Amino acid sequence: MSCCAPGTEGAVEAERASHALPSSEELMLASRSVGEGLRQSDLSVPGVHCGTCITTVEGALNALPAVERARVNLSTRRVSVVWKEAVDGRQTDPQTIAAAIKATGYDAHLFSLAVEGDDRLRNQLIRAVAVAGFAATNIMLLSVSVWSGAEDATRDLFHWISAFIAGPTLIYAGRFFYQSAWNAVRHGRTNMDVPIALAITLSYAVSLWETLHSAEHAWFDATVSLLFFLLIGRTLDHVMRDRARSAITGLARLSPRGAMVVRPDGSRDYRPVEDIAIGEHLSIAAGERIPVDCRVLSGASDVDRSIVNGESDPLSAGPGTRLEAGAMNLTGSLTVEAVATARDSFLSEVIGLMEAAEGGRARYRRIADRAAQIYSPAVHVLALASFLGWGFYDGDWKHAMLVAIAVLIITCPCALGLAVPVVQVVAAGRLFAGGVMVKDGSAMERLAEIDTAVFDKTGTLTLGKPRLVDRDRVNRAHLALAAALAGHSRHPLSMALVEANAGPVPIIGAVSEVAGGGLEVTTPQGVLRLGNRAFAGGRTEAGGEEHGLSEVVLSRDGAVLETFRFEDALRTGAFEAISSLRQDGVEMAILSGDRAPAVARIAGLLGIGRWRAGLSPREKTESVAERSADGHRVLMVGDGINDAPALAAAHVSIAPASAADVGRQAADFVFLHESLEAVPFAYETARRAGRLIRQNFALAIGYNVIAVPIAILGHATPLIAAIAMSTSSIIVVVNSLRLRGRLPAFAARAADEARPVKPLVQAA
Amino acid sequence: MNTLIFLIPIALFLGGLGLAAFLWSLKSGQYDDVEGAAWRVLDDGDDRPGP
Repeated sequence: MSCCAPGTEGAVEAERASHALPSSEELMLASRSVGEGLRQSDLSVPGVHCGTCITTVEGALNALPAVERARVNLSTRRVSVVWKEAVDGRQTDPQTIAAAIKATGYDAHLFSLAVEGDDRLRNQLIRAVAVAGFAATNIMLLSVSVWSGAEDATRDLFHWISAFIAGPTLIYAGRFFYQSAWNAVRHGRTNMDVPIALAITLSYAVSLWETLHSAEHAWFDATVSLLFFLLIGRTLDHVMRDRARSAITGLARLSPRGAMVVRPDGSRDYRPVEDIAIGEHLSIAAGERIPVDCRVLSGASDVDRSIVNGESDPLSAGPGTRLEAGAMNLTGSLTVEAVATARDSFLSEVIGLMEAAEGGRARYRRIADRAAQIYSPAVHVLALASFLGWGFYDGDWKHAMLVAIAVLIITCPCALGLAVPVVQVVAAGRLFAGGVMVKDGSAMERLAEIDTAVFDKTGTLTLGKPRLVDRDRVNRAHLALAAALAGHSRHPLSMALVEANAGPVPIIGAVSEVAGGGLEVTTPQGVLRLGNRAFAGGRTEAGGEEHGLSEVVLSRDGAVLETFRFEDALRTGAFEAISSLRQDGVEMAILSGDRAPAVARIAGLLGIGRWRAGLSPREKTESVAERSADGHRVLMVGDGINDAPALAAAHVSIAPASAADVGRQAADFVFLHESLEAVPFAYETARRAGRLIRQNFALAIGYNVIAVPIAILGHATPLIAAIAMSTSSIIVVVNSLRLRGRLPAFAARAADEARPVKPLVQAA
Repeated sequence: MNTLIFLIPIALFLGGLGLAAFLWSLKSGQYDDVEGAAWRVLDDGDDRPGP
C-alpha cells in the first residue's frame, strides 16, 4: 500500500500491544479539565500512520455527541480529545471515547505526560536558531559588500549595523553556551562550550573596538555564523532525543494507574495506586495487572509473572499467595489485601536498585567532551602563545591581540561542534527507520564500545509466549477438541492451543474453568478435562519438568487422551542476531530468573555456553557489575521488571518495545520490531557512527593544521575565516550523510508486514 | 550612497518580517504535526481549518 510513509513500523507494535481498553476510572484520572464543563484526554494511538487513519479516527470521535473536538497528531501518534463532562444532564463515560477509537480498529491507550518542559526547551532552541540565522544572513550580506570594496564611511556604517544586529543575537541565541560554559567553569571543569563562549565574546568585543576606530577588519559575520552552526548542532541533538522519548512514552503502559478498593461495608471505590494503604482490600478482575504487592484473600487464578521475575510458566494463585506489583492476573478474579503501599512495592525496590546501579553510566564522558578536554586547553595556549610571541616580536600589543583573536576564531570548534551531533542524528534516523529508538547520543557511543552481550531469556530471547511442540505428531481430533475447550480461557497455554489448531473446532457444551487447574466440560461421551496432569486425572510423572517444557493434558473421564507439550518460542531473528554478534567477536551470556532446565534448553539451542538461572534482580545486577569490574563493557538486553536494575548497571542496554515500563525507561535503546536482529543492527550502526565521528574529528583537525599557521602568521582576514569555517562545516556534514544507506533485510521485512493495513480492514 | 538609507532598512525590515512570520508559525503550533499536515492537505472532506 502506497499511502504508508516510512515509519509505519508502529503498526506492528500496535498489534502486539493490543490489550483491553483503559477503564473509565483510569481515563477520568488521566483527563484534565479545560474549563466550561469540558475535559481533555490525550490518548496514544500507535496504529495511525496515514491520511485515511486521521479521517477514520477523527470522524469516529466527532460523531460522538459528547466530543467537542478531536485532533490526531500523526507525528507523535496521539489523539487529543476535548469532551463535555455532561450531555443533556447525563455524565459522560470517557470509556465511550476509547471504545469509539477501538471500534475503528485502532488501539488506544493512556501514556504518562511527564516531559512538558523538554518541549519548551526545544522551542527555545529552534527560536534561537531562527534568530541566529536571521542575524547571520544579514551580517553576511553587509560583510560581502565590505569584502567587495566598500570603503570609509560606508564600511563603518555597515560595521555599525552589523554590531547592532550581532549584539542582541549573542545575548539571546548565545545564552545556551554561556550558561553551559559558566556551569562548567564554576565546577572547575571545561567543556566544548568554554572555548565557544570565549571566542564569540572576544571576537565581538574586538570587532566593536575595531569599528569604533574605523578599522578595516571586523569579525561580526564569523561570530554570528559560528553561533548559527553550533546552535544547529545543539538543536539536532535535542530533537533526536525528543523524538525517541515521545515514541517511547507512546507505548502501552504496563503498570496500572489505579485499583478498585473494596470497603469493609462492601462499597467499591476506584482510587489512584498511590492512595492505596496497607491492609485495604482490592478486587482484581481477570486481565488486570496487580497494582501493589498483595496477598490473595479469596478467589483462584493463574498469574503471569514473566515480566516480574522471568518465570515463563504462570503461577496458580489461591488464598495466601503473595503477588508482586506488575504481575498479570490471567484467568479468575481475585480479592486481595495490600501488604505494601505503591511506594514500597516490588517495583519501587527495583527502582531503588536501579538508582544505585546507575553510577557507572553517569561516569561516562561523551566523546565530544573528551575531545574538548584536550582541545580547549590547546587552543587557549596557542592563542596566548601567539599573543605573547607577536607582542615581544614587534612590540605592537594591539596587533598581537588581533592575531590572538584570529587564532581563537579560526580554531573555534565549529566543525567539531557539528562533527558529533550530525553523525548521531543521521545514525538515529537510520535506526528509527529500522525500528530502533535511541535515548541519546552518548548511548550510541557506548554501544560501539561493547565486548560482552548479556541477554535475559523470557521475553527477550524468547517471546514469553508458549508454542505447541510437535504439532504434526499429536492426534488432529484431539487437538481440535482441546482447542474447543481452550477457546474459553485466557491462559497462555490455552491461547497457544487455539492458535495451533488449524482445522474446524467441534461444538461442545458449557465449559467451566477451574482456576489453577484447567477447563472442564460434560459431554454425552464423558467428562472432558484439559489442564495440568493432577487436574486432568493422570498420575504425576516423576521428573516431568526435566525437559524444560510445559505440558497440558487432555483427558476423558480421567483417562489421558493426549499430552500437549509447549516450548517458549524463540524470538524471530534470535539465531541470526546471536551468530552475527559472535562473528563480531562479542562474548555472550544468558542471565535469567526462570528455572534452570528452561534456560539450559534455550542456551543449548542458541549455542550460548555461559548461562545462569533462577536469579533475583539483585543477583542479575551484581553479575553484570562483576563483568564490568573485570574491565568488560557489557551490553544488557532485557525486558522484565527484574531486568531493570541490570539494564541500568550495564554499560549500555537495549529493551524490546514489549518490555515493562521501568525496563524501557532504564534502557538506552528500545526496538519496536519483533526481530532480535535489531540488536546487531544497532551495534553495527553505532560502530559505523563511531568511525564517522573519528573521521570528522580528523577532518576538523586537518583543517586546523592548515588554517592555524595562517592565523598565527597574522594573515587571516575575516574573509579567509568565513570561507575556512563554512567549508570545514560543509565537509563534516557531507561526510556524516554517508551513514545513510540501505536498511537491513529484517527492517524492510518488518515494514512490509506493518503494511497489510490491519486497522483499515477492521474499519471497513 | 543615498539609496542605502532606504535599502538597508528595507532589507532588514523584510528579513525581520520573515523571522517574525517563522516565530509566529512556531508559536501557533504549525510544526507540531508535520507528518499529519502532509496528509491533511489531501483530505477532500475538510475544507475548513481544523479547530
